[in-house]
Amino acid sequence: MLRHSNTTDTDLGHLLRELAPQVLGAVARRHTDFAIAEDAMQEALLAAAEQWPAEGIPANPRGWLYHVALRRITDRLRSDLARRRREETVASDVWAEWAFVPSPDSDVGMDEDDTLVLLFMCCHPVLTPSSAIALTLRAVGGLTTAEIAGAFLVPEATMAQRISRAKQRIKASGIPFNMPTDGERAQRLSAVLHVLYLIFSEGYTSSAGPDLHRTDLSNEAIRLTRLLRARLPEDGEVAGLLALMLLTDARRAARTGPTGEIIPLDEQDRTLWDQRLIAEGTALVTEALSRGAVGPYQLQAAIAALHDEAARPEDTDWPQILALYGLLKRMSDNPMVALNHAIAVAMVHGPAAGLDLLKPLDTDARMRGTHRLDAVRAHLYEMSGDHNQAITHYRAAADRTASIPERNYLTLKAARLAAGQHTREPTLDADPTSPRT
Amino acid sequence: MKYMMMMHAPQGTGDYAINSWSPEDFEAHIAFLQRFNKELKESGEWVDVQALAPPAQAKLVRAGKDGAPVTDGPFPESKEFLAGFWIVDVDSPERAYELAAKASAAPGPGGVPLYTPIEVRPVMSAPPPVDV
Repeated sequence: MLRHSNTTDTDLGHLLRELAPQVLGAVARRHTDFAIAEDAMQEALLAAAEQWPAEGIPANPRGWLYHVALRRITDRLRSDLARRRREETVASDVWAEWAFVPSPDSDVGMDEDDTLVLLFMCCHPVLTPSSAIALTLRAVGGLTTAEIAGAFLVPEATMAQRISRAKQRIKASGIPFNMPTDGERAQRLSAVLHVLYLIFSEGYTSSAGPDLHRTDLSNEAIRLTRLLRARLPEDGEVAGLLALMLLTDARRAARTGPTGEIIPLDEQDRTLWDQRLIAEGTALVTEALSRGAVGPYQLQAAIAALHDEAARPEDTDWPQILALYGLLKRMSDNPMVALNHAIAVAMVHGPAAGLDLLKPLDTDARMRGTHRLDAVRAHLYEMSGDHNQAITHYRAAADRTASIPERNYLTLKAARLAAGQHTREPTLDADPTSPRT
Repeated sequence: MKYMMMMHAPQGTGDYAINSWSPEDFEAHIAFLQRFNKELKESGEWVDVQALAPPAQAKLVRAGKDGAPVTDGPFPESKEFLAGFWIVDVDSPERAYELAAKASAAPGPGGVPLYTPIEVRPVMSAPPPVDV
């Protein structure tokens, strides 16, 4: 669990969270009401967290959890039934099926695919991203509602309500607890990958200050993606997403300074990068790309790998990165990709070429409400030596970001340029056509 | 994404004009706000709500040369003031505007909507982008 302090607790937390989706899968198969199954599972996990430290871990922990979860459901059905008897609508067949609860030490038949089915269900496109994230963390991740609420800095009751509404939505949509059909599988898998990446991005922030819990979300996203990969080892995009997370996470220690301030890629102390994660991520993406069926996550991972393998910023293979962004841009009509492509163009062909590519984005409705276009433009103007324009756009971006570390970073960039303290020369020769300040 | 919705009582309302409404109007207004808050909690969007005491109890405070507080005011009738605020966690800015519009139409005397101005601003709570 997220905030265990000693090793024993952590080991227990790991065990429970590993078992949670397997047991929930088995319970959900038996009880068609996913909401009830999930509640019962959560109660079983809480009971285990309470009893196991004192009484020891049972010989068959999976069977124990399954038994307790089913008991909770039968208790609930029994009281529902008692109420309904008065209304003379006794569903006796339901009761007959539920009266039998296997003993805690009996062997529970587990379906390897249950975790996968759970992920597909929790990340279903009928859910909003925030409810899919919450439900995934609870039902598949085995986190408590309090832990999820803590990670997103909202009250526990609010998170409980969000999870409960997500389950109601699933119920109302009549989504069965089954693998998606072949026809919808690709779209459903891409929804799963998207939710996992959102969880990772939520966590990818400073480990200092009030956002302390968020880094745990990155670890959780990586853990869940590993879980997914264990079930779909042949899928190139699952491997690509895991590689992208590992290759990005490898830079975590170098990415922020002591007070949580952002340190950009080209100023990071690269000796702090985690070579073990880089090796794992690089191997994953290399293997995935060799199989063909290249997708956007694999390409982004390949780009991250190229950054990670450069010992110094000037060793970065920008022509190769530009080629990969070219492919990515052809594959997805995403303005954020276009932004990154423009940066790569600037690094290879000079800032003026990059700035030209940004122009069409001014009229792209999807760029409204984001500060990223201003931030990239500021960066390219700074490269070109046009500090006045750079200052203007850094400030515009700072005014529009909703992230405090990023606001501070952008504001300081503008302030330092205005004070004439640009500590290092622009990465490329300045564009001679741009006015100098 | 989190937003703060700030309810501004208009200029001249001083110590809450609401205190001189008829009991029916007052009760209808309070019931509306309680329902609004309940719905926010049920939708899983509620983070916080606080009502502020009237401007008659407000002081402007500055540090004096010795660092001790120097207070000024209150200024009960002079200007528009903050009556209270919500913090909500929603999926889009449009949803925050929709909620604010709903709160703005809280009933006043005779059940007529007040159309109170609600200032909506993002709370700086987002994670920074993965790559800067």
